[in-house]
Amino acid sequence: MATLEIDRVKKSYGAMDVLKEVNISVGDGDFLVLLGPSGCGKSTLLNMIAGLEEITAGEIRIGGEVMNDRSPKDRDIAMVFQSYALYPTMTVRQNIEFGMKIRGVPPSERAKATQAAADMLQMGHLLDRRPSQLSGGQRQRVAMGRAVVREPKLFLFDEPLSNLDAKLRVDMRTEIKRLHQRLGTTIVYVTHDQIEAMTLATRIAVMKDGIVQHFGPPQEVYDRPANTYVARFVGSPAMNIVGAVLHVGADGRAEAAVSLPSGEARISGIPLSDATLKSYQGRPVLLGIRPEHFALTTGAGLDVHVDVVEPTGPDTLAVFSMGDGEVIARLEPFAAAAGERLRLSVKEDKVVLFDPATEARLD
Amino acid sequence: MATDLRSARRSQQLGRLFIYGSLVALAAFYLMPLWVMIVTSLKSLDEIYAGSFIGLPKAVTFEAWSKAWGTACIGTKCAGLKPYFINSLLMVIPAVILSSGIGAINGYVLTKWRFKGSNVVFGMLLFGCFLPFQAVLLPMAQVLGKLGLSGSIPGLVLVHTVYGIAFTTLFFRNYFITIPDELTKAAQIDGAGFFRIFFSIMLPAALPIIVVSCIWQFTQIWNDFLFGVSFTAGDSTPVTVALNNIVNVTMGRKQYNVDMAAAMIAAIPTLVVYVVAGRYFVRGLTAGAVKG
Repeated sequence: MATLEIDRVKKSYGAMDVLKEVNISVGDGDFLVLLGPSGCGKSTLLNMIAGLEEITAGEIRIGGEVMNDRSPKDRDIAMVFQSYALYPTMTVRQNIEFGMKIRGVPPSERAKATQAAADMLQMGHLLDRRPSQLSGGQRQRVAMGRAVVREPKLFLFDEPLSNLDAKLRVDMRTEIKRLHQRLGTTIVYVTHDQIEAMTLATRIAVMKDGIVQHFGPPQEVYDRPANTYVARFVGSPAMNIVGAVLHVGADGRAEAAVSLPSGEARISGIPLSDATLKSYQGRPVLLGIRPEHFALTTGAGLDVHVDVVEPTGPDTLAVFSMGDGEVIARLEPFAAAAGERLRLSVKEDKVVLFDPATEARLD
Repeated sequence: MATDLRSARRSQQLGRLFIYGSLVALAAFYLMPLWVMIVTSLKSLDEIYAGSFIGLPKAVTFEAWSKAWGTACIGTKCAGLKPYFINSLLMVIPAVILSSGIGAINGYVLTKWRFKGSNVVFGMLLFGCFLPFQAVLLPMAQVLGKLGLSGSIPGLVLVHTVYGIAFTTLFFRNYFITIPDELTKAAQIDGAGFFRIFFSIMLPAALPIIVVSCIWQFTQIWNDFLFGVSFTAGDSTPVTVALNNIVNVTMGRKQYNVDMAAAMIAAIPTLVVYVVAGRYFVRGLTAGAVKG
């Protein structure tokens, strides 16, 4: 078990910068998820933590020790790969024991560790099969078992669930979370799936173009995204972002004016510091509202004209136009029908504002 | 309806008959030379000169085979093909092992331990596949002379190893490239080094392509005539050169039965290799085409 510090780490291939000064620091037992689209540098960063790629500049420390020049085997880590990377000609048992064999663990201890891992992951009956005889989920378990027997300071997961079908993905997600709860080992987990990130992480680092856009606990990333990119990437459906103009309301707090087909509407009581409010007063801003923060109301609210309705079962998604774009509201089933006019309230304390030029969050 | 169905079935049967008929005819045509070789080698010389070429022997005799193997004269020496057959084995076995082994390591490095310019190196190696061997005869002769290997079997082993590497590297490189890089990474994290990964993980997974490489190299080297005739002489020639000498140098009547038997003997090892390992050959050639 250990802390992990990624300190001003850079990576470039020739003139191309893949990572531009990444700073991330997590405590012992944290579950860090590196979240981003393909090509954002998250897998490169993971490989650098593992020691499979050189660090161009900066330092990576595990448990306070600098790892830059250590080979992968001396970093006390274990890794689970997207393709599982099971050795095809070895049985499951041999796969799990391979690393221990190289480290010179005596056979009796090897067998004991393998059995313990097999019991924990419920794969005792698979030990004498070859990887080709296993299903995707079983291979995933074996890959996890191989990592577990190492008893590392740090687990690294590289998109471990993306080759599984939807149902199995949810099951294995729970399995990984259970593993983390039971072992308490620090985990770094790479994914492009924001739901995996939200459900698993204690800390999320949202990455794009080699830059960490937002690093924080999942709820913070969800509620107060650092910029519009993070706001749009996390959450499904994404956060609605529309143009508005900022005013000072009657109560002296921030108030956003948005245009609706029915006329201008105002959302008041938006949390914002006085200084920012002062400097942005009367200027255009971007208004960010999560779909679930709309609700039907009989009192004051926004009068909208529903364009399309998408029932999902638990909710109904109502699409309507607002400001310069389309907005989705998550309402109760049968709360809306296409072509209907609705009056919606907004949870104003959950509204987030962004600067239209830099797209960064305003506080 | 019923008659329609019946006539459809009949035309289908006719089609089948045509397909199998032409296949059998073409196969027979293709096998004709082999047939002539076998029956001729089983006839006595008198019968050959008296009768037909294609017909079955009146009396089957293995005299020609034993003569070709043990007593036929090559030059002044009358010991048959046997010593040259052994020469060929002494040449082909180390050359196949060496060239396939080096090809395997090359392929492994070129896919899993890429370095700057590794693609250029691979490209240049490929060049070796298209190099006409006549072009290298003189420089190779000089090299062998400097190394003190001219006219010897180790010299031939060297030549075949060097010129086999281009093909074996191509085989192994194209096979290993289908094995995910994550496998090497996982092994590195498990603590395995360069050779450990090669021997414990890559080679066991490469069995089909090992078979392909060995068959290919065996056939090439066993059947080679050019290098054999250029770089060896006298007692150290391989069986292909000896066969040529048996056929070309005869006193008195041309001994067709001995020639045919000798040719069969020289061809048997490659036939055996194909029969034993042919299954793997096809499997290995198509492996990697479909990811599995």
